[in-house]
Amino acid sequence: MIDFLPPALIMILGAILTPLVRGHLRTTVLLAAPLATLWAIWQVPDGVITTLTFIDYQIEPVEGSAVRRLFATIFAIMSFGGALYAFRQARTVELAAAQAYAAGAIGVCFSGDLISMFIWWELMAIFSTVVVWSGGTADSKAAGIRYAIMHLLGGIILKVGIDGIAVQTGSVDMQAMLANSFATWMVLIGILINAAAPPVSAWLADAYPEASPTGSVFLSAFTTKTAVLALILLFPGEPVLIGVGLYMVMYGIIFALLENDARRILAYSIVNQVGFMVCAIGIGTELALNGAAAHAFAHIIYKALLFMSAGVVVYRVGKSKCTDLGGLFRTMPLTTICGIIGALAISGFPMTSGFVTKTMISQAAATESLMFVYMALAAASAGVFLHAGIKFPWFVFFQKDSGLRPKDAPWNMAAAMVLFSAICILIGIFPETFYQLLPYAVDYEPYKASKVVFYLQLLLFSGLAFFLLLPLMQRTLTVSLDTDWIWRVALNKLAGMIATILAAITGVLSRISNGTLRALKLQAEARFSESPETERAGVFARAWEIGTTALWIAILLTAYVLFYLI
Amino acid sequence: MSDDQNTEHWLVRATTIAWLWRISIVILALTVLAQFVFPMKGYFGIDGWMGFGALYGFVACLAMVLVAKALGLVLKRQENYYKDLQDKDGKSDD
Repeated sequence: MIDFLPPALIMILGAILTPLVRGHLRTTVLLAAPLATLWAIWQVPDGVITTLTFIDYQIEPVEGSAVRRLFATIFAIMSFGGALYAFRQARTVELAAAQAYAAGAIGVCFSGDLISMFIWWELMAIFSTVVVWSGGTADSKAAGIRYAIMHLLGGIILKVGIDGIAVQTGSVDMQAMLANSFATWMVLIGILINAAAPPVSAWLADAYPEASPTGSVFLSAFTTKTAVLALILLFPGEPVLIGVGLYMVMYGIIFALLENDARRILAYSIVNQVGFMVCAIGIGTELALNGAAAHAFAHIIYKALLFMSAGVVVYRVGKSKCTDLGGLFRTMPLTTICGIIGALAISGFPMTSGFVTKTMISQAAATESLMFVYMALAAASAGVFLHAGIKFPWFVFFQKDSGLRPKDAPWNMAAAMVLFSAICILIGIFPETFYQLLPYAVDYEPYKASKVVFYLQLLLFSGLAFFLLLPLMQRTLTVSLDTDWIWRVALNKLAGMIATILAAITGVLSRISNGTLRALKLQAEARFSESPETERAGVFARAWEIGTTALWIAILLTAYVLFYLI
Repeated sequence: MSDDQNTEHWLVRATTIAWLWRISIVILALTVLAQFVFPMKGYFGIDGWMGFGALYGFVACLAMVLVAKALGLVLKRQENYYKDLQDKDGKSDD
């Protein structure tokens, strides 16, 4: 029975309409589709709403719950903010692809079964690749291909897992599981690839910064956070995730510290932030899952805000390397202030959204007496301030005077940044209102005096460390090798070597066969023909072209099949 | 005011930066001293110590910067590393 269509279909409709209309009508479609979707999202009640039968399986295209609505809500808000930010600057193909991409993410949110989830999942992979390609440069084309290969591979692994579960249990229902069989491991790995977990975290920092200034804003939001939702729904309390999350947290910090490109610094810090969420899902208590969901919500806003401020810089200056930038605060005050608000929020400063969500995860670790996890997360919070909280705004907007005097953001980009800055601060000031959206009842008070003092000490002394260690952090014109070196260089070289060896073998073999053939031909001519002229040979003794031979074989085979069937 | 002072943005003048350092140091000291007013229990004992957050944040950052620096020696390549490799491969094919 279909009595409720997936809200994501509104976004799909928007994606189809966007390229067909122009001017104000297009703007209306771009801005109204996410808002209409948001309205539809809040009409979805709890439980399985719509069921269909597909082959032998029960398909549930629409299932509602608090956590599903929470993620769909933030994806719709993000879609609106992104469209507002991009509609005057981005190409139509990018805007339409971004809508379809958001539709995929929102579709996953309400999928009640693994098959529906997989379809929306692949829709995301396809249209996010289009968004990467919309960067329009040779680099973005190459990065987009690498990105697509990674996600299609992840999709295949996920599909193998889903099929395994379908065969073993006879049900494709989305329900909590643990990674305890081949099929469940495949599902977990497939999802973790989208979450940019090790060992393939490199795809994220490879692809996102190659998109257009507006494209990377969209990319920062959907793929990894949809993976977080899938993990919350399918693998809450899976212990492996604690280790994976902690690795991602540290990986993001270290690589961001080494990085010179401003947008790549932000890309690495996505891995870092998703690490916090993955770790929380591994802890798996109600408080931890609340923390993961809340942090995903807050993260999408401040990370998009950071990419927006970096995007304005790239849009105005055409450069994103820290070595080329600096001193932009003089002529870009609004972008600087919004960038700083995003940076404070990602660092989890009191009075910002990051503080009221990240500390929830730390509290969950403390409540479970996971001292190592708690301490590692505290160190990571300091590290976030170091690499994203100060490093990003410092090197882009302050540092030295690069001599650049670009104009500040265009009005629509400015409006989107102000909107997202306001959300960052409002969540930080009124956490209770925000907590009501979370999947479980919240019994958590973020603003305890001792907690605020602890985090202020932690963060401000990290700031001190940054400025004291500044000589050690001078930017260099370098890239950092990552695991993608294996497939970008090592496997490439290996393939080249194999090709060379095969070519050598082919050469030797063809030389041998040529020699033998020539000898045979000479012998045949000596024995059978009095004169070497071929014209005199009979029909069947003539040399035929390969094409003719192939044609004859095809005709004979067709005849054979026909006779056989008759 | 000299010309030099006029042309520079007030935020980057040496006097402003000196003041920013002074104010920052006072704030840093206050965050530690605040523990006298709001005693910290801590979850694991050690994190209730005086100035633990300050020391831990500083040392963690120091460690991360040094680890990054060390890894950078192994992992950093010229920024055209991948492009140069491609060009080299392209030439060898010709």
